[in-house]
Amino acid sequence: ADIISTVEFNYTGDLLATGDKGGRVVIFQREQETKSRPLSRGEYNVYSTFQSHEPEFDYLKSLEIEEKINKIRWLPQQNAAHFLLSTNDKTIKLWKISERDKRAEGYNLKDEDGRLREPFRVTELRVPTLKPMDLMVEASPRRTFANAHTYHINSISVNSDYATYLSADDLRINLWHLEVTNRSFNIVDIKPANMEELTEVITAAEFHPHHCNVFVYSSSKGTIRLCDMRSSALCDQHSKFFEEPEDPSSRSFFSEIISSISDVKFSHSGRYMMTRDYLSVKVWDLNMENRPVETYQVHEYLRSKLCSLYENDCIFDKFECCWNGSDSTIMTGSYNNFFRTFERNSRRDSTLEASRESSKPRAILKPRKVCTTGKRKKDEITVDSLDFNKKILHTAWHPMENIIAVAATNNLYLFQEKVN
Amino acid sequence: MFVRGLKRKCFDGEEDIEGTLAGIKAIPSYNLQRQSLLDMSLVKLQLCHMLVEPNLCRSVLIANTVRQIQEEMTQDGTWQMINAQSTGQASLDRLVSTDILCRSSRDQAEGKHAPAYGTFSKDFESDQAQDSSETMSTASSVQAPRNLQSNVWEMENPQDNKGNFQKSLDQIFETLENKSPNSVEDLFTEVDSSYYDLDTMLTGMMSNTKMGHCDSLETFSSPTNTASNSNCKSDLNDLDHIVEILVES
Repeated sequence: ADIISTVEFNYTGDLLATGDKGGRVVIFQREQETKSRPLSRGEYNVYSTFQSHEPEFDYLKSLEIEEKINKIRWLPQQNAAHFLLSTNDKTIKLWKISERDKRAEGYNLKDEDGRLREPFRVTELRVPTLKPMDLMVEASPRRTFANAHTYHINSISVNSDYATYLSADDLRINLWHLEVTNRSFNIVDIKPANMEELTEVITAAEFHPHHCNVFVYSSSKGTIRLCDMRSSALCDQHSKFFEEPEDPSSRSFFSEIISSISDVKFSHSGRYMMTRDYLSVKVWDLNMENRPVETYQVHEYLRSKLCSLYENDCIFDKFECCWNGSDSTIMTGSYNNFFRTFERNSRRDSTLEASRESSKPRAILKPRKVCTTGKRKKDEITVDSLDFNKKILHTAWHPMENIIAVAATNNLYLFQEKVN
Repeated sequence: MFVRGLKRKCFDGEEDIEGTLAGIKAIPSYNLQRQSLLDMSLVKLQLCHMLVEPNLCRSVLIANTVRQIQEEMTQDGTWQMINAQSTGQASLDRLVSTDILCRSSRDQAEGKHAPAYGTFSKDFESDQAQDSSETMSTASSVQAPRNLQSNVWEMENPQDNKGNFQKSLDQIFETLENKSPNSVEDLFTEVDSSYYDLDTMLTGMMSNTKMGHCDSLETFSSPTNTASNSNCKSDLNDLDHIVEILVES
């Protein structure tokens, strides 16, 4: 199994898609509740597996294009088939996943194995009939959106009009129509005329969940820009600019790096957005640009270790974050296979671990604690014994229920709220 | 977990730095720590991943950190101090090259074919090389800065034929840019034996890609955008064609 690089529930939560470093997409489906297996409700089993992207070689630059799936976004379901967008660094693909549980039998001109029947054997007109067969799930690529990004694509976001979507790379954001593959519109371009003057890149972008003309993009300098596509064709001028003033007392050489935003997500309500930087998660009210309304420390104990984390490159890890269905709780990952949830109203937070040792099936997860002072209590872990190779970068929350998917390197964990 | 056994002890007492940042910086360890951070950052920038394009966000963040340190060192006056001592030729060159980076570049005229592939290279020298090879898409040929850039090359990579290679490369790119049916004869009249060198250079360069000289690679991975992709490819095809003809004759 390869390293999981993206996790995403669909709009109903019945399907869960994962993309990995090898370009594969694996889709899990939630089992329906049946009388014979009442406990199976909530279990996700493999529904479909397919190779979405292959490694490519850019001959002009003599560089490989990785097949790693950076993002998967589902389209809302409009017929029996399911559609999703998956992207690597350069190319976005629209996949159709459809079920087939019937096959046609009794063709007039063909044998059962597909060979043409001898003309003299055809003595009567035979109309094929549909017979049931074992369920087969097929994934087929319907569109390929290529050659529009010079830099590495970091985000894709489906618009609420369900007809367009955006794709963002380090310096540009393009707007696509789902039906059109040979053309895309550039809506943001922050590439300086002279690349040597480059000091800021785009790190994430997302459409507003309800207003199809509004999108946001975050930067490596810790700022978020909200743009309105009605104001101009090229949205280089933002409508709103979100930035928290820097705390001068905590300034260091690493201040800018740790302020770089790795993920931005609108709340389901559309009233708030959440940003993840290296040490914290911030919730912003779209009506207030000068500071976030809530700030949650994910792993503040790492602040004194920033130099080591810079040396081993961990400081550049891009953690994602997600909302639960009702926007009451937010979740994000950390190191040592820990992930954190924050309840916004009660300000309660929890640290849980996604690992085989600490999670037996159906067992309740034990809360974990990192020891920040000298004295280590029982069951606590010291900062120095954290495993920085075990990082949880990708998590997803079921759109309606309290089911979460946590990707720990090459393992996928699914946790559910215990219902008595 | 953390890398152990490093000669250069990486300081984890961030509070020390932050405490002294606003105060007196006379503590010798602060300068040492800052210098080691600068060295570490420069090493990170120069690590070129030959097979996959480097992460632009990471490169930009590291470069900004380097600039920040340099600005502070300039304000301190320690910048002059380091220039005065020659603390190893290699680090001095790196400092000079970042100075060049901060100068405004001569490559203003990118023209219509804005080279969208101007990837922010970790290797500052190759940044210069890349910008100069952008002339493949545009007609601009700026002579003076190219001398500067070739000087930088000689500093880091003293290869004798680099200068000649660059010269013949420029000739080829300029003539291809002005290409028209009538100028095919012009191409041939300008032929000289340096084209042979170019061909061997080409084949030699491709096989050298894995040996770790980012700058030589970057000149040939000339930036292009999606629209001019075909133009560049056809230009290269023409180049092969020309070389073929030369060899036959």
